[in-house]
Amino acid sequence: MTAIRPAVEAKGVSRIFQGAGQDAVKALDNVSVSIRENEFFTLLGPSGCGKTTLLRLIAGFDYPTDGEILLHGQDIAPLPPFKRPVNTVFQSYALFPHMTVAENIGFGLKMLGKPKAEIAARVDAMLKLVHMQEQRNRRTSQISGGQQQRVALARALAPQPKVLLLDEPLSALDYKLRKEMQIELKRLQHETGITFIFVTHDQEEALTMSDRIAVMSSGNILQVGTPWDVYDRPAERFVADFIGETNFLTGTIESAGNGHARIVLSSGARICATAAKDFQLGSMATLMVRPEHARLVKGTGDLAGTIETIVYFGTDTHIHVRLDGGEAFIVRQQNSRCANCGFERGDKVGIQIGDDAAQLLKD
Amino acid sequence: MASAKEIADKAERDDIQSRWLLSTPALLIVFLAALGPLLIVVVYSFLTPGNYGDVKWQFSTNAWVSVLLERDVFDDTLSLAGAHLSIFWRSVSLSAMTTILTLIFGFPTAYFIATRPEHRRDIWLFLITIPFWTNLLIRTFAMQEVLRNDGIVNWVLQALGITDHPVQLMYTNFAVLAGMVYVFLPLMVLPLYASMEKIDFRLVEAGYDLYATRLQVLRRIIIPLVTPGIVAGSILVFIPSLGAYVTPRVLGGGTNLMIGNLIELQFGQGRNWPLGAALSIALMTIVMVALLFYVRNTTRSDGSHG
Repeated sequence: MTAIRPAVEAKGVSRIFQGAGQDAVKALDNVSVSIRENEFFTLLGPSGCGKTTLLRLIAGFDYPTDGEILLHGQDIAPLPPFKRPVNTVFQSYALFPHMTVAENIGFGLKMLGKPKAEIAARVDAMLKLVHMQEQRNRRTSQISGGQQQRVALARALAPQPKVLLLDEPLSALDYKLRKEMQIELKRLQHETGITFIFVTHDQEEALTMSDRIAVMSSGNILQVGTPWDVYDRPAERFVADFIGETNFLTGTIESAGNGHARIVLSSGARICATAAKDFQLGSMATLMVRPEHARLVKGTGDLAGTIETIVYFGTDTHIHVRLDGGEAFIVRQQNSRCANCGFERGDKVGIQIGDDAAQLLKD
Repeated sequence: MASAKEIADKAERDDIQSRWLLSTPALLIVFLAALGPLLIVVVYSFLTPGNYGDVKWQFSTNAWVSVLLERDVFDDTLSLAGAHLSIFWRSVSLSAMTTILTLIFGFPTAYFIATRPEHRRDIWLFLITIPFWTNLLIRTFAMQEVLRNDGIVNWVLQALGITDHPVQLMYTNFAVLAGMVYVFLPLMVLPLYASMEKIDFRLVEAGYDLYATRLQVLRRIIIPLVTPGIVAGSILVFIPSLGAYVTPRVLGGGTNLMIGNLIELQFGQGRNWPLGAALSIALMTIVMVALLFYVRNTTRSDGSHG
């Protein structure tokens, strides 16, 4: 890989909120992360994991209790938010209700003291970019939620920030519009070449849009990687559980080495799993298998069990299997043909697990 | 069997009926307590003053003439009533100053309260309303204690060596102004607070994010959003200031009269009820005109934002 200068770098950043009395809340606990130039970087995690706090620290609305944040190698701690070359798309959009669409978009440039002609030209370009030319003179209360979203985006992009911060900007939109805006955002990021830092709790959104994802939980970053990394090679159980559906199985490690390990389940079934690090022989360990990486067979497979429920999803079918050892296991089959999946409730089935599909996790 | 349409129509009729029934007490109060007395005042202003107060039922426009003009005792010529005009002018200018000063003092106060955590705001609002618990007259006399020659202000000034003899504060326009600002400040703070509380403070963050400095955020975001509160507060302060009676009487003495005192004079010692009535109507007209002018101006400047 070429040497890439980080656009934003957090070094050992902590933010502790002093609550009433003795209870202090650690919103961020010694977080370090490096975000590359022109990257679509996502902070993903459940609510309260600290992702929005980190975003607010970068924007300058809040200050770290400890650690430093660098923007292109420069410490931005002394800069108030109105001097930082970053802009934010707020979750609630925070459009100015007393201004028109065009005035909202031009606000940042006006505050920067740009000449009127330049502002007008830039506002026009932004309106065109987000397809809102016709609504330019409307009040923000007179346009739909999706349009407000576009205006918020155009307003944040107009001053050409080095970094664009997006705080769950799609969460208020309905499903179809959200899908549209996901593609739109990706296009805008591509066209403008601006570094996007995107906060979301929606794992699907994170997977489809990001170049890299940081998975966060209770003030910590658990894993940073490409969508493929965090989905297929989760570093720990929380990541595997939070992103997508997963089957977890617990067993004893029988043999290990060469990046692989053999685990014996309680039913006596043996599964070969990839192991990122060395595990101690004889110890208990958890492995994960994604439902789409397993296949049902009529005969014997790696695992054996009985079908409990069959759930039809249109594109695919989820088959809930009770393993002979008592664990629940879900297999996902794509509905490639119009016929049903070919299995019935109560069938005794085998489960075939693909090569490298099972993976040992650290707890 | 009644059709669905008939039932719906009947429900609507009943609804309108009960609405009228519910608003009857309010309408009665408006007609009897507000419009009735007003009508009597208008009628009185066109009558002739009685010898010992009261009125004689004899039509006359003299009261209206003497609102602004005075008749020379010797040659019967009319000239502008300088005394009335100066009182009118003092009333309007003092009220305007009161409004501006309460706005200057009230704005940061309201902003402070609106930005406190929610559970603490009530305490601050409670503190703001405490002066209302005490009689206006007593508060005004307390102000007199502060301002008189051997009062606190003069004592401090002398102790600091700023002046070696007491500064005359009582019975000046300054004393009236100070008293009115003190009395009317809560009437400005409360509506300002009410509209500031509604501001989504993420808009302020958005302003900072878009390179607006603190002053620009105040001017371009907070003030436009608080305009309804500024209008309401100004009206609530300006109107009672214009008709203020107790404050100019106690703090302004006999020399710094305002319209309220002038009207009282006509109904009391002056024994000229028609003139008092005419002055009252004149005061009301000034208030209405000022109000219309103000509301139209502020709403227009608000409109130019967008």
